[in-house]
Amino acid sequence: MELLGQQVLAGIATGAIYACMALAVVMIYQAIDHLNFAQGEMAMFSTFIAYQLMLWGFPYGIAFLLTIVISFAGGVFIDRVIFKPIHDAPILSHVVVFIALLAILNSAAGFIWDFTVKSFPSPFGSSPLFGSSLISAHQAGMVCVTLLLLLFLFFFFRYTRIGLSMRAAAANPASARLVGVRVGWMNALGWGMAAAIGAIAGILIAPVVFLEPNMMISILLYGFAGAVLGGLTSPAGAVIGGFTVGVVENLAGTFIPVVGGELKLPIALMLIVAVLVFKPSGLMGRTVVQRV
Amino acid sequence: MAETTLAPTAGEAVATAEMPRSLRRGGRIALISGIVFLVVAISIPLFFRNFVVFQFTQMLVYAIAILGLNLLTGINGQFSLGHSAFYALGAYTAAILMDQYSVNYIWTLPAAGVVCFIAGFLFGLPALRLEGIYLALATFALAIATPQILKLSPLEHWTGGVQGIVIVKPDPPSWLPLNQDQWLYYFTLAVALILYILARNLVKSRTGRALMAIRDNPIAARSMGINLSLYKSLAFGTSALYTGIAGALGAIIVQFVAPDSFTLVLSIAFLVGLVVGGVGWLPGAIFGGAFVLFVPNIAEGVSKGLSGAVYGVILILLIYLMPTGAAGFVRAVLSRFKA
Amino acid sequence: MLSHKISRRGVALGIVAAGTFAASAAMAQNIFCSDATDTEIKLGNIMPYSGPASAYGIIGQVEAAYFKMINDQGGINGRKINFISYDDGYSPPKAVEQARKLVESDEVLFIFNPLGTPTNSATMKYMNAKKVPQLFVATGATKFSEDPKTNHWTMGWQPSYQTEGHIYAKYILTNHPNAKIGVLYQNDDYGKDVYKGLKDGLGDKAKTMIVADAPYEVSDPTIDSQILKLKASGVDLFMDITTPKFAAQAIKKVAEIGWKPTHILNNVSASVGSVFKPAGLENGIGVLSTGYLKDPSDPKTKDDPTLKDFFAFLDKYMPDADRSNLNLAYGYGVTQTVVQVLKQCGDELTRENVMKQAANLKNFRSAVFLEGITANTTPNDYFVLEQLQMMKFTGQSWDFFGPILSSEAKS
Repeated sequence: MELLGQQVLAGIATGAIYACMALAVVMIYQAIDHLNFAQGEMAMFSTFIAYQLMLWGFPYGIAFLLTIVISFAGGVFIDRVIFKPIHDAPILSHVVVFIALLAILNSAAGFIWDFTVKSFPSPFGSSPLFGSSLISAHQAGMVCVTLLLLLFLFFFFRYTRIGLSMRAAAANPASARLVGVRVGWMNALGWGMAAAIGAIAGILIAPVVFLEPNMMISILLYGFAGAVLGGLTSPAGAVIGGFTVGVVENLAGTFIPVVGGELKLPIALMLIVAVLVFKPSGLMGRTVVQRV
Repeated sequence: MAETTLAPTAGEAVATAEMPRSLRRGGRIALISGIVFLVVAISIPLFFRNFVVFQFTQMLVYAIAILGLNLLTGINGQFSLGHSAFYALGAYTAAILMDQYSVNYIWTLPAAGVVCFIAGFLFGLPALRLEGIYLALATFALAIATPQILKLSPLEHWTGGVQGIVIVKPDPPSWLPLNQDQWLYYFTLAVALILYILARNLVKSRTGRALMAIRDNPIAARSMGINLSLYKSLAFGTSALYTGIAGALGAIIVQFVAPDSFTLVLSIAFLVGLVVGGVGWLPGAIFGGAFVLFVPNIAEGVSKGLSGAVYGVILILLIYLMPTGAAGFVRAVLSRFKA
Repeated sequence: MLSHKISRRGVALGIVAAGTFAASAAMAQNIFCSDATDTEIKLGNIMPYSGPASAYGIIGQVEAAYFKMINDQGGINGRKINFISYDDGYSPPKAVEQARKLVESDEVLFIFNPLGTPTNSATMKYMNAKKVPQLFVATGATKFSEDPKTNHWTMGWQPSYQTEGHIYAKYILTNHPNAKIGVLYQNDDYGKDVYKGLKDGLGDKAKTMIVADAPYEVSDPTIDSQILKLKASGVDLFMDITTPKFAAQAIKKVAEIGWKPTHILNNVSASVGSVFKPAGLENGIGVLSTGYLKDPSDPKTKDDPTLKDFFAFLDKYMPDADRSNLNLAYGYGVTQTVVQVLKQCGDELTRENVMKQAANLKNFRSAVFLEGITANTTPNDYFVLEQLQMMKFTGQSWDFFGPILSSEAKS
């Protein structure tokens, strides 16, 4: 029983990583209506920027803020410059450009900072939480920050004018234009916010998994899984999905005999697929209705 | 509180035009280009050394796999990131049959095809409920799971586990003056041509029209009496069959299968090849195959340290120039002729 | 207006397409002169410069730099080395393609130090069929050196993984005969190979001593769950078979949860810079491992006269390299070994003779080998390096202790 409790707690700790990533994924989905496969690499690159800033002598707090601003600008740049020429192209072409972006960012990061792992500091310190051996202060801090972000996004989308405009622009661009929403800039804003959230995710994740160009690739997978499980239209769902994936994966690995350890990720993914078969828009997503 | 929103239909999601008039009316042009292609293809082993022939054979294998993906995504509108799984299944079927049961390599192709058709059909059944992004994730899960399933210890006796399986390269028939590479090239070319012709006939038939109807407007299709479940699952099965045969061929020419050969990277490569060739345009598969095989080499030639970045830049430029792939380019050229 | 756009696009596209195909055809048709001439020796190499194993790409860079130095000094027996290295992204089919390119298109004399277990498994049959040496493969997988009769043209270099496992087993049986062992291992060829060596070395006691094991995949973000499981199983000797990133995580996590087992870490992750620094140097105090190379970042080696040339080489040809990366010493050591083979070949630079000389190394020492370690081969014994020494991490560097151990891990 004690092992069960430990694994659940560890799963929540790892799940915080996935939840963070899932939030960024949902953010971009809300803004542009499809998944950004390069999200992980953008987050990784932002984290490297923070790392470089700290190498140059900036204190953690300043580096953190600067990175968020740079990432935001980067996200806007990617939308306005890289995606503009193919605005009207079919979705699959967009997906391929995401993939190209992924390749570029990964390769550039490896070239500039090389592929060995680097340690990244945590603002929460790395000592155990209240002396407990189960969850470290950093991991607890990560959970808190994720929840705070979630709260911020909730209020932003629900209660601010810009948030409402963004939702309108994503859901129905034509009608939104008619009421005066500048759809193009709403999209760009969405990209910027997603990039910024990704940067926060990366900065929080790096202390745990260590910074290197390939660090986000598997985490993005889990982030997607969590986001889809929770429902791509619901930030809260994404966070819950992320935690769930973490816990399920740990439990599967520990308690399923023989193959459990070898099949952690596939089992978690298969479970999600099973959930989707019964509830196609995720646990907390909005049901989608097609008008004939 | 469950709110409702409008969702993009699968057809919009894949968003390609139906076979444009200019391409159909360009029947004579199609015939001529087909003959030119055939002549070029047949003469390749005569002018290039074995290693290049080997590369072109690989290109054809990828083209067949992309053709399979095109049938599913381009013609039927179902998105798949999981085709590396079917490729792997076909490859391992061929490898196990050749290694453990000494089956002649030719028979492994239909065997791989049948196994993958069944697997694809079975996967397609639950996937019926999933659309767009969610289907993408399910197939994504399949692609991720494949290498790990191949490494499972209980299955090691069959799959060779992480070590993989080494295959003996087949010899050409003794009455032909060809070496192994040349023979495999012609063999693969023949298979590719047969599969292409079958695919083209499928697309032009009633079944093909039904598949495209499902892609463009599923609700209208259903109201016209098309059995969505059956056709969508069949599409998955057929697509898997093609990719599985490609996998078997791939295993034979590389002479080796191992879990690390069949990762998500392969699925992504197929997707990129599909888009570069043109979604919904069958001949585009050859462009896709060429891109997937040769462009990474070119990128490495430009800069070893930044090969990924160069590859990405080339890809983006290509999409800018041809947002709908080679199909769009050909269409533009043809309409210029007609204009 | 529309046709204008198309024609401009068309022209641009035509140029791109033509350029692309011209480039690829030109590259495919590389007409080079045949292997070794009177002035040049062509060597091939395949490394993962991209993809999941790209951290090892630096080995290829070290080798290229070393050959440059050799060429600057006049070459080997008057011949310059032309070192051609291709990227395989750690993908077996790509490795096969690059191997074929090197052999059939570039016509290299042999392929030197290609990296990776699955990748070399893929090319081994081809290399042996074509009778081209696949020399000093960069992997410790035992299968590459264990069968010289069948795979005459394939040879490893570093101590094999099973040898390493055997040596750990010996150490455990001597010093911790009642230990409860827990094994964390990477679920692939390499991880299972070390594990097998450990089990074989423990013999009958393996079943009773190993109380728990936990595999992990390279795609797992963390291994926290596996460590918790091992601790919960009552393990007091933690056998850690992980690659650098996960080794760093393991060391950190073990310290975090306040667990204090005897911690044995495998050799591939025994790098201060790549593993212990990120994990936190204090967290690694007491960790045991084995080594066969000197660590250039160890303050004790700074004044080592035998390493003078190595440091000079780094200063001149790789000034920006991170000295704490043990792969630098690895690349240096393996390149010096192959230079020795080429020197032994003299003017008879045929593939057959290369293999013959590679199987004829007698007490060869590279400057970066630990004192007492030598390279030896015979036509029936293709294991080049078979010796390791135990070492303990002090919080700053490795302290070697005990004798040079060797183990015959032939199956």
